[in-house]
Amino acid sequence: MINSLVSIAFDGLAFAMVLFIISVGLSVTMGLMGFVNLAHGMFAMLGGYIAVSFIREFGVPFLLGAPLGCVAVALISVVLERTLYRRLYGGDELQQVLLTIGLVFMGIAVCTFLWGPLNVQLDVPSYLKGQVDLGFRRFPTYRTFIILVSFAVIIGLWYGFERTLLGAKVRAAVDNQRMAETVGINIRRLFTLTFALGSALAALGGALGTEILGLTPTYALEYLVYFLIVVAVGGLGSLRGAFAASLILGVVDTAGKYYLPAFGAFFIFAVTIILLLWRPQGFYAR
Amino acid sequence: MEQPAYQNPLRTGAIRPAELLPWLAAGSGFFLFPDYLQLGAQILIMVLFAMSLDMILGYAGIVSLGHAALFGTGAYTAGILSAHVGWSEPLSGLVIAGLVAGVVGFVCGAVILYTRGLTLLMLTLAVTILLQELANEQEHWTGGDDGLQGVVMEPLFGVFEFDLYGQTAYLYALAVLFVMFLAARAIVNSSFGQSLRGIRENERRMHAIGCPVYRQMLRAYTIAAVMAGVAGALLAQTTEFVALDVLSFERSGDVMIMLILGGTGRLYGAFIGAPLYMILQDQLAKLSPEYWLFGIGALLVATILYAPEGMLGLTERLRAWATREDS
Repeated sequence: MINSLVSIAFDGLAFAMVLFIISVGLSVTMGLMGFVNLAHGMFAMLGGYIAVSFIREFGVPFLLGAPLGCVAVALISVVLERTLYRRLYGGDELQQVLLTIGLVFMGIAVCTFLWGPLNVQLDVPSYLKGQVDLGFRRFPTYRTFIILVSFAVIIGLWYGFERTLLGAKVRAAVDNQRMAETVGINIRRLFTLTFALGSALAALGGALGTEILGLTPTYALEYLVYFLIVVAVGGLGSLRGAFAASLILGVVDTAGKYYLPAFGAFFIFAVTIILLLWRPQGFYAR
Repeated sequence: MEQPAYQNPLRTGAIRPAELLPWLAAGSGFFLFPDYLQLGAQILIMVLFAMSLDMILGYAGIVSLGHAALFGTGAYTAGILSAHVGWSEPLSGLVIAGLVAGVVGFVCGAVILYTRGLTLLMLTLAVTILLQELANEQEHWTGGDDGLQGVVMEPLFGVFEFDLYGQTAYLYALAVLFVMFLAARAIVNSSFGQSLRGIRENERRMHAIGCPVYRQMLRAYTIAAVMAGVAGALLAQTTEFVALDVLSFERSGDVMIMLILGGTGRLYGAFIGAPLYMILQDQLAKLSPEYWLFGIGALLVATILYAPEGMLGLTERLRAWATREDS
């Protein structure tokens, strides 16, 4: 009993951390530009695929593959932002939804063409396989690694957001865009930058999380709903909100699938509806 | 360079000759493509479904990613009526399914229409997936993943049997679509329809001039729910089968794409978008599913960038441009 509870808490935490890393970029860009980017899940998926390819095809070491995936995805996302997204800023959200869904469809087709429709596995190096003894219990090494990396990312994000000039600019722009522009912040450039960073984080989450989420071309749609829930429940543009929402979602989903597998994803959607009705603007609305 | 005044033909009640075109096409389709009547019936059903989405999306401006919830409710109601209750008379089954979907739509709408934007989008999405998980779990009633078997339809009016070629199915779907269209046309041309357009264009202002915004939106949502339920029931009755995908997120997405391709806020957008989408799908998916997915994605991106008002909007723009050249 205790054992399974600890397992659920641990797996839930690992899942939650992956969710957070992927979703946080979406939350910030949506808070900043109000752009509904449904292609965010595709960026995470691409991060996974590109990392896997670097590791397999070019023999890049594991710890270098994921960052390479991040860089590649950041570049792709900036190109898309400059050529397509930019044209719909300030437009209505329906058009943004449809444009990005169109991109997702094309992305799924391309990924199926390049990597096939079946699940692609990330080859974990031997030092991350097996289990690690944390004193009171043994845990899977790779998931422990995910959690540790995520903590490092969270600390980095917190520092960047709260303690640097760039972070201050982003916070100012999320809170009041017009005012931020008035005091001389270049919103467009700021957005391109945060967009690239957010996509890179999504790619990192995608690469790290393949062990938990799997990696098939439909990933981009399948998990998109989870990322959107994190953003909506947490509140647009809020780091704390995204973190809290990820934790709730990760643990509830893991527990639900463990105890009542027949219901599938029923519980997280029930919880989502309740949370959204309770706080329509999310936990930490700005 | 004065733009010719844009006039929405639907705003006046009179029927224009061009409005007969889709009906002539649908009618002649029955004689021209006797081998494709099953597909034809499904196209007509999706036209009805897309038209119901147009009521809330195109007229009231409610962006819903969960319209399949109502379609699926109608489909399962009609299917379960026949397979488990033994009620296999099609017309009454259609009415009951529409009413059940209307009640579900009213209850859902009453809750979600308090929200806007991303929250509304997520709530509609969550409700759909919730219903799908529920249908998946209640295997006894819905057949779960295998789909609902054992739906058998009595002959229409006790005379016309549902045949293998889909002749009855096609004409049945066409007749229901026509009745629903007349109702929808009357609704959007009424003062109620006018107030919905007002809400779409400027909600705050409608509030300010004393329009009961929430009530009007809920009314539109419920009407659209009935229409979507009828569409779902038609699918269940004509195919005598209900699969879980009637409640899927993909179906919500598909119907929205069909409507966007055709053009929103025009009722006739559905008549262009649904056939275009489904015929392309039928042809391209034969070659390879990836071609289809890439093609529809590219078409969607191109539509948003170059013809944001859909095919109908594009033809209107072209016509305006052509007449300007003449003068």
